[in-house]
Amino acid sequence: MKATLDYILHLADNALILGQRNAEWCGHGPVLEQDIAISNISLDLIGQARSFYQYAAERQGNGSTEDTLAYFRNERQFRNILLVEQPKGDWAYTTLRQFFFSAFQQLLFQQLSTQADERIAAIAEKSLKEVNYHVRWSSEWVVRLGDGTEESRRRLEQALDDSWPFVNEMFQPENFEIESAVQVNELQVAWTEKIHACFSDAGMEIPVTTHTRSGGKKGIHSEHLGYILAEMQYLQRSYPGCEW
Amino acid sequence: MSANIDSIYEVLGRVTDPEVPVLTILDLGIVRHVEIQHDQVVITITSTYTGCPAMDMIAAQIRMEMAAAGYASVKIEQSIRPAWTTEWMSEAGKQKLKEYGIAPPDKRFSIPEDGVGCPHCGSNNTRLISEFGSTACKALYQCRDCQEPFDYFKCH
Repeated sequence: MKATLDYILHLADNALILGQRNAEWCGHGPVLEQDIAISNISLDLIGQARSFYQYAAERQGNGSTEDTLAYFRNERQFRNILLVEQPKGDWAYTTLRQFFFSAFQQLLFQQLSTQADERIAAIAEKSLKEVNYHVRWSSEWVVRLGDGTEESRRRLEQALDDSWPFVNEMFQPENFEIESAVQVNELQVAWTEKIHACFSDAGMEIPVTTHTRSGGKKGIHSEHLGYILAEMQYLQRSYPGCEW
Repeated sequence: MSANIDSIYEVLGRVTDPEVPVLTILDLGIVRHVEIQHDQVVITITSTYTGCPAMDMIAAQIRMEMAAAGYASVKIEQSIRPAWTTEWMSEAGKQKLKEYGIAPPDKRFSIPEDGVGCPHCGSNNTRLISEFGSTACKALYQCRDCQEPFDYFKCH
């Protein structure tokens, strides 16, 4: 069965928005090698987004392209989860969020790569090779910060407090996901095990979930998405069809 | 017909990777298929990494080289499955990389870690600095013996 357009857009939007967020580090990373690393991850995510948007554009027709989907949709039309649109915060927040998201993508893409929609399967299979790097890199940072200095530890704990309410949304299926071959709620146990294994090395504990935030998949976003879109879409909105 | 396909491959062998100019796109293994359909040449290529910014430039260079060789109608198609792997890189390509100062993909280091052979002095006494290097496909190393930094073309 072929994936729905909303589902393809959801996969694309998650990748694009986190890619755009991470790109804010370009030129501002703590050291040159890590600046390059986060920019590379950003590039991988934007590459994934392009592949998904190209597919979505073909399915939608009516002259839509990867660019019209990225640059000419409004907040309410974006299907990304709230986690990826949150501000980049400090290095602890960025790396912890990346770990949460990449660990999720890894499990999701492993399953998507064998599903019936061949195009989605092909993109997932290709992206998975890159995601494996993202998981390794980000989990190493979680361990380094958790098991580092008093300050790095404090910052990681703060990042955990700030990001944890958003993780649950990954596993709450929206209608377009229920029709998909992969049930996201079934990924939560394996995901939690991955987080737990990394946290054990970092000397961190998985917190008790007291409250959760969601709505992004329905198009109901936090205030932060509008700012990203304003910056990202400005040029094409001002000069439609502008090319380099 | 087969002679034509051969001469098209000869043209493609002149197109190099803009980021690793010592490698041709044939060395890299990104040309997946060449076909002549009526008057049109259809060339199927695949990207190394999904976000590789060199791909658009490579497609443009293929068009230019093909036009220069007299092929008026060229269509470039992108395929993503099977996913590109460094297994498709030619042995000649690996040798050229090494001579250029980039350590070629080495199966013993499918996950980058200390010990990749230094392309400058040959020592294995090397350390991984970062799994992410100057381009998506490379990791950054330093040799503990000759002290030179170098790129490692990651297994993929």
